[in-house]
Amino acid sequence: MASVEVSNVRKSFGALEVIHGVSISVADGEFVILVGPSGCGKSTLLRMVAGLESVTSGELRIDGRVVNNVAPKERDIAMVFQNYALYPQMTVAKNMSFSLELARRPKDEIADKVGKAADILGLKPLLERYPRQLSGGQRQRVAMGRAIVRDPAVFLFDEPLSNLDAKLRVQMRAEIKALQQRLASTTIYVTHDQIEAMTMADKIVVLHDGVVEQIGTPLELYDRPANLFVAGFIGSPAMNFIKARLDGGAAPTLVAASGVEIPLHAAPRVAPGSEVVVGVRPEHVRLGGEHATPARIMVIEPTGYETQVIASLAGQDVVCVFRERLSGRPGDPIPLAFEGPLHFFDPQTGEAIAAA
Amino acid sequence: MALSSDASEGMDYLERLPRRVVTLYLPLAIFLFVLLFPFYWMTTTTLKPDDELYDYARFNPFWVHHPTLDHIHKLFFETSYPFWLINTMLIAVASTVISLICSVCAAYGIERLRFSGARYVGLAIFLAYLVPPSILFIPLAAIIFKLVLFDSDWALILTYPTFLIPFCTWLLMGYFRTIPYELEECALIDGATRLQILWKITLPLAVPGLISAGIFAFTLSWNEFIYALTFISSTENKTVPVGAITELVEGDVYHWGSLMAAALFGSLPVVIMYSFFVEYYVSSLTGAVKE
Repeated sequence: MASVEVSNVRKSFGALEVIHGVSISVADGEFVILVGPSGCGKSTLLRMVAGLESVTSGELRIDGRVVNNVAPKERDIAMVFQNYALYPQMTVAKNMSFSLELARRPKDEIADKVGKAADILGLKPLLERYPRQLSGGQRQRVAMGRAIVRDPAVFLFDEPLSNLDAKLRVQMRAEIKALQQRLASTTIYVTHDQIEAMTMADKIVVLHDGVVEQIGTPLELYDRPANLFVAGFIGSPAMNFIKARLDGGAAPTLVAASGVEIPLHAAPRVAPGSEVVVGVRPEHVRLGGEHATPARIMVIEPTGYETQVIASLAGQDVVCVFRERLSGRPGDPIPLAFEGPLHFFDPQTGEAIAAA
Repeated sequence: MALSSDASEGMDYLERLPRRVVTLYLPLAIFLFVLLFPFYWMTTTTLKPDDELYDYARFNPFWVHHPTLDHIHKLFFETSYPFWLINTMLIAVASTVISLICSVCAAYGIERLRFSGARYVGLAIFLAYLVPPSILFIPLAAIIFKLVLFDSDWALILTYPTFLIPFCTWLLMGYFRTIPYELEECALIDGATRLQILWKITLPLAVPGLISAGIFAFTLSWNEFIYALTFISSTENKTVPVGAITELVEGDVYHWGSLMAAALFGSLPVVIMYSFFVEYYVSSLTGAVKE
């Protein structure tokens, strides 16, 4: 296992720069997830670590060694692709042993390693089948088995669960996490799904338009997002943003454009009267009680274990998630209060503002 | 209730049958007739003695009344036809192999190695295909003379690739494009060199393309006439298309029986090859890169 250092890496395709000075460090044995919307450059970054794309400027180190100009096969990495990339004309066993055969390893060593990987992933009964005879989840496992057999320093995953149905995705998430902990392998994993990122990562790197927005543990990103983008990206349903003016006075109050006042239990460190964006997660909105502001239900969606409500509060849409069952209908009034942590952001820069 | 549903089924079937006859069976029948009639005519002419061939009044031209093997005997034992067959086969196989090897390398380089200017090279190769042999044969003849290859099989084996390679390259470029690049990237990470990737990953998946290109190359060189006519002069070295025309037509005397026999036996290798490979082609097409 090895550490990976990405130092101020830039990537341009011709005149177009897509990665603007990204620096990430992955410790030995860490599970780091690169997450971000489509087109943010996370796959490009992963492919640069793999050696499938060149690095325009900056340094890439694997285990302390600079690998900018080292061929993929010399980097001691293994990659699991989004579309599995299984060789269709070879059996599962042959797919898994291909890299070892290329390296001219002795036959019994190959059989031993393939057998062990097949055991870990439950592939023993499938070894003589061809990829076209396997289901999506089985192909996914073969792709992982192929990577495990190589015993690499770094595992790279490029959105491996995107092609699976929701139920299988949940199952495979747990399996991948368990596998990584069992093998204690350094892993870099790319996904656009922030739930995958939150459940699996030791550390998350949020990317947006080729720039790192924030790096931190899942709970750090959830509790203390550094800017509007991270705040709105992490968490599902997404955080509510209310743009209003902070009113000075005894108790901090938000004054919306419509004039409605929303009492707050915490205040940001800004001058009274300034415009501020307040972020509240849907799960931190309380129904009724003290200091509640009247709002109107627009959409009510019961999911069985919770109820999602989109309400109109002071002229802005607020998404709320309640544990209780509600019997309201669109148009009914609903009193809302914000409890739990509030997040404040500068409306111009989007950066987080500390609480007072 | 049961009676009326039976009747309606019967009505449906009757409605469908005339439709199928008009849209499917009739055009198929016409098509088959147009395609197979020349073979039938060749066969009957081969087996008809000369007096039957020329006398339409007494003998029905569409039927053989007194079949004879004279024409076939004359063709195989009194002309150099066996030599022509062997020559043509040798030249076709050799030029197909050479063209396929060159085309695979060219197509792989253009499609996969992504060097700058790759597209223009591909375009240039394809444009070379557009220059017709009927213009090129004169300068090529001069070159063949200079290389002292005149009147040998090598003259043709080395000149046929000039029109076989562009077409095969274009065909194989299309096939390589359908193979997901991810497979090759994965193989790169697994430790394969480019050559190993080509041999173990890309080529096995491009087998339908190779077969198509091979069949077309073989057929084109088998049927080629103008280069064979220009570069070969002595009788034993001729190919079937040239030999049949030049040796079996003496002045204004057309030895129709032998001519048709030459054409018939000359078409057989290609027909057999097609019928053999079509099965392979279809089966590998349905089991190819689809994961």
